[in-house]
Amino acid sequence: MSVIVSNLTKVYGQQRAVDDISFEAGKGQVLGFLGPNGAGKSTTMKMLTCFIPQTSGTATVCGHDITTDPLEVAKKIGYLPENNPLYLDMYVREYLEFMAGLHKLGKITAKRIEEMIEVTGLKLESKKKVGQLSRGYRQRVGLAQAMLHDPEVLILDEPTSGLDPNQLVEIRSLIKQLGQNKTVIFSSHIMQEVQAVADRVIIINRGKIVADDTTEQLQSRINNETTVVAEFKQKVERSLLGSISGVRKFSEDKGRWIFTAESGKDLREEIFNFAKDRNLTLLSLYKEESSLEDVFKQLTK
Amino acid sequence: MFAIFKKEVRQFFSSLIGYIAIVVFLVLLGLITWVFPDVNVIDSGYATLDGFFFYAPLVMCILIPAICMRSFAEEIKTGTFELIATRPVTDMQIVMAKYFATLLLIFISILPTLISYYTIYQLSSPVGNVDTGGIMGSYFGLFLIGAVFAAIGIFCSAITSNEIVAFILALFLSLLLYMAFFYISHFSLFVGRFDYVIENFGLAAHYDSLSRGVIDSRDLVYFVSVISLFILLTRTALSSRRW
Repeated sequence: MSVIVSNLTKVYGQQRAVDDISFEAGKGQVLGFLGPNGAGKSTTMKMLTCFIPQTSGTATVCGHDITTDPLEVAKKIGYLPENNPLYLDMYVREYLEFMAGLHKLGKITAKRIEEMIEVTGLKLESKKKVGQLSRGYRQRVGLAQAMLHDPEVLILDEPTSGLDPNQLVEIRSLIKQLGQNKTVIFSSHIMQEVQAVADRVIIINRGKIVADDTTEQLQSRINNETTVVAEFKQKVERSLLGSISGVRKFSEDKGRWIFTAESGKDLREEIFNFAKDRNLTLLSLYKEESSLEDVFKQLTK
Repeated sequence: MFAIFKKEVRQFFSSLIGYIAIVVFLVLLGLITWVFPDVNVIDSGYATLDGFFFYAPLVMCILIPAICMRSFAEEIKTGTFELIATRPVTDMQIVMAKYFATLLLIFISILPTLISYYTIYQLSSPVGNVDTGGIMGSYFGLFLIGAVFAAIGIFCSAITSNEIVAFILALFLSLLLYMAFFYISHFSLFVGRFDYVIENFGLAAHYDSLSRGVIDSRDLVYFVSVISLFILLTRTALSSRRW
């Protein structure tokens, strides 16, 4: 396990920003930190990167303790802080050279910088000053900086905030790709993003872990009923629909009928047969997956 | 650490700060030494740089806080401090890198004024009849005063994310340390009792002592102590995020 966190707690005055958090993350895993704003995601990341110390608890990164061995931890981690701070008056390459210098990359500096520019798609923008870049490109510079020294662990604090939809897709696939041979921990408050990128989700609310599971598991955990949505061309008598076997309840919403049954039961066949028997035309029929969003709402209420 | 030093030096010279500080320093002191009436060398009729060495610390008192004010304040404000603090460098290394970069800038600012020394060397009669020892001692003292102001400036920058606050505070502390002790020692309450002790808390007394051309270990100990004090305070201020 490259990141082991046990009972990590951070207290600010009266407030427990992070409250007794424990989790582990291994190589080849993308771990999504999900939580409403102010839940303690960034604080946890700041502690893991040794920027601020924990009030109690311990954590190790690649076997190095964050309290006793911060310099070794810093070598193993690639960190993209919240809001992606950058030196706006530096040129892209100059900035990356500076960061490489901090990691003492030495001879391989130039090679790594070119690789990172390639990987993050900064080629065309690499001659500009960081301050001249658009937000999406700045984010790429931030990511390039984090990956520069080929760290085993990547900690990315809201890596996709402020990106347009195309950039979102690119950055997400980049993160996913990185996760194949590194440990990636990233935070987000966008449910779909975590669903799309992460293998495992940790949901934090008010400093506490409220869920820690794979994305599929999390969905099925909350999901104790299956929903099927059907749209008929003709008007259907409400009373008739009750005859479909297995339906627990149903309701109408703008001409669509929403049927719910107990978990695991697929109503689509029943509904199709029902329509066929009565010569009704089905315009649409689909199973609705309950999204992580519902899970999130339930857990952080 | 060298990476940060290099970055700081580059930032001085890629933004206008470095050039403006150097140019203002040289122009102002050039005017005082050679042009302004009453204080200039020509009018005085003596081949000395006393006017230069009297006004130079006062000019530094304003310029050094100005070049130091963004040092940490800006990094804290924009969040880049988190960026460098989470790399494999210690807080102390960050402080020292920034400090040495400022020292280099001060050194570069002072260096061209050696032309004034060469000029009075040539003007003196007979040629070369100048107090070289005293002038070199003064230069050394001037650089050390700059070094103290830089330590104060960086400290003030580390305790706030507001550059203006950092500047005013650094200006105040620098002036206080440079002059206030001298004046305080002249209070009748202290005269004849503690005036020597109090005066020696200030920079001016040690600067004067060095300008006699004798490098006294007591003065060196004083300068090194004050600089170390402010550098340690800076590190403490930075690590206050850990409290």
